[in-house]
Amino acid sequence: MSRTPLDTVEHAAGTPDVELPWAELGLKKDEYERVVEILGRRPTGAELAMYSVMWSEHCSYKSSKVHLRQFGEKAPQSDALLVGIGENAGVVDVGQGYAVTFKVESHNHPSYVEPYQGAATGVGGIVRDIIAMGARPVAVVDPLRFGAADHPDTKRVLPGVVAGIGGYGNCLGLPNIGGEVVFDACYQGNPLVNAGAIGVMRHEDIHLAKASGAGNKVILYGARTGGDGIGGASILASETFDDAKPSKRPAVQVGDPFQEKLLIECTLEAFAEKLVVGIQDLGAAGLSCATSELASNGSGGMRVTLDDVPLRDSTLSPEEILMSESQERMCAVVEPEKVDRFLEICAKWDVIATVIGEVTDGDRLEIFWHGGKIVDVDPRTVAHDGPVYERPYARPDWQDALQADDANKLPRPETAEELREQVLKLVGSPNQASKKWITSQYDHFVQGNTVLAQPEDSGMIRVDEESGLGVAIATDGNGRFAKLDPYTGAQLALAEAYRNVATTGAKPLAVSDCLNFGSPEDPAVMWQFAEAVRGLADGCLQLGTPVTGGNVSLYNQTGEAAIHPTPVVAVLGVIDDVARRTPVAFQEDGHLLYLLGDTREEFGGSAWSQVVHDHLGGLPPKVDLERERLLGEILISASRDGMIDSAHDLSDGGLVQAVVESALLGGKGARLVVPDGLDAFTFLLSESAGRALVAVPRSEELRFNDMCGARGLPATRVGVVDGDAVEVQGEFTLPLAELREAHENTIPALLA
Amino acid sequence: MTARIGVVTFPGSLDDRDTRRAIRLAGAEPVALWHKDRDLHQVDAVVLPGGFSYGDYLRAGAISRFSPVMESVIEQAKAGLPVLGICNGFQVLTEAHLLPGAMLGNDHLHFICRDQKLRVENTDTAWTGDYTAGQEIHIPLKNMDGRYVADAHTLEKLEAEGRVVFRYLGLNPNGSLNDIAGITNEAGNVVGLMPHPEHAVESLIGTGRTDGLPFFTSILKKLVNA
Repeated sequence: MSRTPLDTVEHAAGTPDVELPWAELGLKKDEYERVVEILGRRPTGAELAMYSVMWSEHCSYKSSKVHLRQFGEKAPQSDALLVGIGENAGVVDVGQGYAVTFKVESHNHPSYVEPYQGAATGVGGIVRDIIAMGARPVAVVDPLRFGAADHPDTKRVLPGVVAGIGGYGNCLGLPNIGGEVVFDACYQGNPLVNAGAIGVMRHEDIHLAKASGAGNKVILYGARTGGDGIGGASILASETFDDAKPSKRPAVQVGDPFQEKLLIECTLEAFAEKLVVGIQDLGAAGLSCATSELASNGSGGMRVTLDDVPLRDSTLSPEEILMSESQERMCAVVEPEKVDRFLEICAKWDVIATVIGEVTDGDRLEIFWHGGKIVDVDPRTVAHDGPVYERPYARPDWQDALQADDANKLPRPETAEELREQVLKLVGSPNQASKKWITSQYDHFVQGNTVLAQPEDSGMIRVDEESGLGVAIATDGNGRFAKLDPYTGAQLALAEAYRNVATTGAKPLAVSDCLNFGSPEDPAVMWQFAEAVRGLADGCLQLGTPVTGGNVSLYNQTGEAAIHPTPVVAVLGVIDDVARRTPVAFQEDGHLLYLLGDTREEFGGSAWSQVVHDHLGGLPPKVDLERERLLGEILISASRDGMIDSAHDLSDGGLVQAVVESALLGGKGARLVVPDGLDAFTFLLSESAGRALVAVPRSEELRFNDMCGARGLPATRVGVVDGDAVEVQGEFTLPLAELREAHENTIPALLA
Repeated sequence: MTARIGVVTFPGSLDDRDTRRAIRLAGAEPVALWHKDRDLHQVDAVVLPGGFSYGDYLRAGAISRFSPVMESVIEQAKAGLPVLGICNGFQVLTEAHLLPGAMLGNDHLHFICRDQKLRVENTDTAWTGDYTAGQEIHIPLKNMDGRYVADAHTLEKLEAEGRVVFRYLGLNPNGSLNDIAGITNEAGNVVGLMPHPEHAVESLIGTGRTDGLPFFTSILKKLVNA
C-alpha cells in the first residue's frame, strides 16, 4: 500500500519539480512565480491554497486597488470617522458616546448560481463584519438588481434571493429597513445582490482584527468546518461565467441563521466582559483569510494546529480546511487567563469553541497538520502583498455615439390624454412600481427601534431610547446614468443617497459603497470603473462625507456583455431626535406642496425614456453637489424646526413619481399646477438632480419661504395636498384608486 | 406596587428584549428568564416571545417546548399562572399542549410582515381586560408559520366557549381557520397569538400605533388588583 507523503514545508523544499494546480486554483503564471520567489521554494499544497484564495480578485482587490486609493487620498476632513478603510467595516461617531459601523458588500455570483443560499449567506457575511467591529447589528438593507422583470430567469432568481434574504435576516432578528429593487436586461445572468448592515456600539467597544501579545490564544468558534464554499473566493467571485465549464454549484455556501444568531449573542457577551484582544470573522477565504489577516495586522506571528479545527466532514484535506467558506464561524484572540471564561460563554450559547493556536513572538504564520509543518509564510505576503495590477483602461469607442443619442429629442406626448397614459404606464412599470410584495417578506419591526423603513427615503433606527438619537441609511445607484457617464453616474448615486438621508431629516455623515462592474480585463470596463471611483472620491470630498469602506465586485458579465457600471452608494446619517423625522406620506389636506431646486429638460437615462421608448442615450442629469448640500441643510432645518410634515426626494420618474408615492402612502391626493416657465411634461417627468418635494403646513409657509429665500434655494409652490386623486390642472386627473392598482399590482402579477 | 413579568429567552428568541421594553413601558417590571433555568424567579406572569427558537428546526416551537424552563411554565400555567405566547411563543404553547391546535406554514408559502387589522373577541382573559369587546386594533404581524389549524371539534369548542380571542380582519394573512389570530385556554390565563403586541407600544416606532400596549397594562392591572 502506498501513501502520498504529506506535503510539508520540508517536503516541498526537497521536491522543487512537483507540479501544482495553480492555474485550476485561479492563479496566473506570473502570480505563481511570485509566490515561489517570496518563499524561495515551491509552495506546499496548503500554502498554494492560501495564496490562491487570498490573491483572488475578490480578496486582494488587485485590479481595483490602484483606483481605490483615491478614497484615502481625497478623504475629506471629518471628525466623525473613528475607523476608516481597511478594517472589517468603518466606524463613525454619531454623538452621545455612540459609534455606528456600516458596510455594503456584494454576493452577486453565488446568488445567481443558488439564489436562496447565495443571498442568505450574503446577509450572514456582512452581519459578521459588523459583529467583528464590536457592534450589535441593528438593521440590514438590500440593494438588488435583476434582469428584465418579465424574463423567465428573473422569476427563478428573484423569489429565491428575496426568500433567502428574508429567511436569514428575519431569523437573525434584524429589521430590514431599506435598499432597492431594480430591473434591467443588462443584469440578466448577472444579478446584483448587495447587502448592507449597520451596527451600534459605545466608543470604547470598538474591536479590531489583529492578533497581538505572544502567548495569546487563537480560538475558532461557531459552526464546524465543512466542504461548502471551497474555492468560492478564487473561482466563483473572480471569473466570468462560461457555459463551457462544469457547474460550480458546490462552491456556494449554505447558511444557518440560527447558528449566526447564537454567534452574535455570544460574541457580544464576550465583548461586554472584555475578553477579546482581536477578532476576525470567517468569510471569503475562510481560515486562510482569518489567520493571515489577524497575524499580519498584529505585532507577532501565529502558530495554528489545523487538526484541532472541528470538522463536519472528517475526510477534508488540510488545503480544503484552509479554503472552506463554511458560514457562521469567527476567530478570536484571547489572553490565556481569559480563555476559560470565553469558552464558558460559548458553552452557555451552545456554540462550539476550540483553541486552534496561539500568537507567537516571531513574524511567521505556521500551520501544522498531523505533526508536520504545512505552512510557513510571512502573513503579510498572503494578506497584504498580493499582486497589484495597473490594468489598461480606455474610454470605449461607443461612448460618444451613446452620448450623442440625445433622449431630450425623443418624441414627447402631444396631448394631455397621452401624457396621462404615459404617467400611468410609468408608475406601474416594474422599476417604479411598489415593491411591497418583496419588502413584506422582510421583518421591519424586530428590535422595536424602527422609525422608518422602505418605501421611505431612508431607513431610520433609534439608537437611544432616552434621547431619541437615531441613525438613517439610504442606498442608491443608477446603472443607466453610469453607463452614459460613469463619473457623473457615481456622483448622482452619491447625491441621491445623500439627499434621501437628508429628506428624512438626518444629517449625512459617511459613505460606504459597493462597486459592481464587468470584467477588469476589458479596458472599456476598467475605464468605467476608474471614472466611477474618481467621481465618487471627488464627490465625497466635496460633500464632506468620507468613504469608510466598501466592496468591489468585478467580472459581472457573461461573455462579452458586461452589466451597466453600477456603483451603489450607501450614505449614513444621524438625527438628534427621531421624533423630528420626516416621512414620505402626505399627512393632511390643505398642506402646500413646494418643489425645491431647479428643473431642467433632463431625460437622458430617465425612467420615462426607458419605459416609454426603451431608450438609453444622451447625458445623465447634471450634478451640483454644492446645491445638494444646500438642499440637505434646508431639509434638515425644516424637519428640526417643524416647518414641513412630509418630504420626498425626486429621482427616477421625476416629480410625478414622488407625488404618486406620497399620495398613495398617505391616502391623500394632490392638486398640482404647472409652474411658469415649465411645460407639463418637463415639470412632471424630468429627472434633474438636487430636488425634493415637501409639504408645508399653511402656518409655516412664510417662515419656510423666508428660509429658502435667505439661503438661495429655489422653492416653487406647485400645488396642495387635497382630495382622492392626483390632478394636474389643465392636463389630467388620475384617481388614487386607479394609480394604486397600476402601482401595486405590477410586481405580484409578474412574480407571485 | 407593580408586578414582575418574566420573559423567556430561548436560543433564537428575537423579540425578548422588545417584550421586556413593552412591559417596562406599561409600568411593570420585566424579568429575564433563561431557557436552561427551571426557576421562574417568583414572577407573576410569563411571556414567551417571538423569534425562531432553535431555528424553528424540526417544527416551530417543537424543541423549545422541551426546554427546562418550560417544565415550570407548563406546571404553573396549569395552576393559573398568566402566560402569553407571542408568535413563536404561541407555537411553543400549542406544542406544549397548553393551547389546542397547531400552526402550519402560511398558505402562500412566504414570510409575511404587515400591519394587521384584528378584532378583539374576548376581553375576559388575563391579557385583554383593557380592550373593549369587538374593538378593532392594528398589530404588526410577521411570520412564516402562522396558519392556525385544529380539528373541527376543537374549533367548534373554541368558538362555542368564546375562546377565540383575536380574529384577522380585512385580510387573512396566512390561511388560518376561522380567521383565528389568537386563542385562550379554558381558564383564560394562557393566551397565544401570532401578531406582535410588543411592536405596537410607542407612537414613533414601527407602524406608529400603540394598540399593543393594553396587553401589558391589562396583565399589570389584573396582577396588582389581585
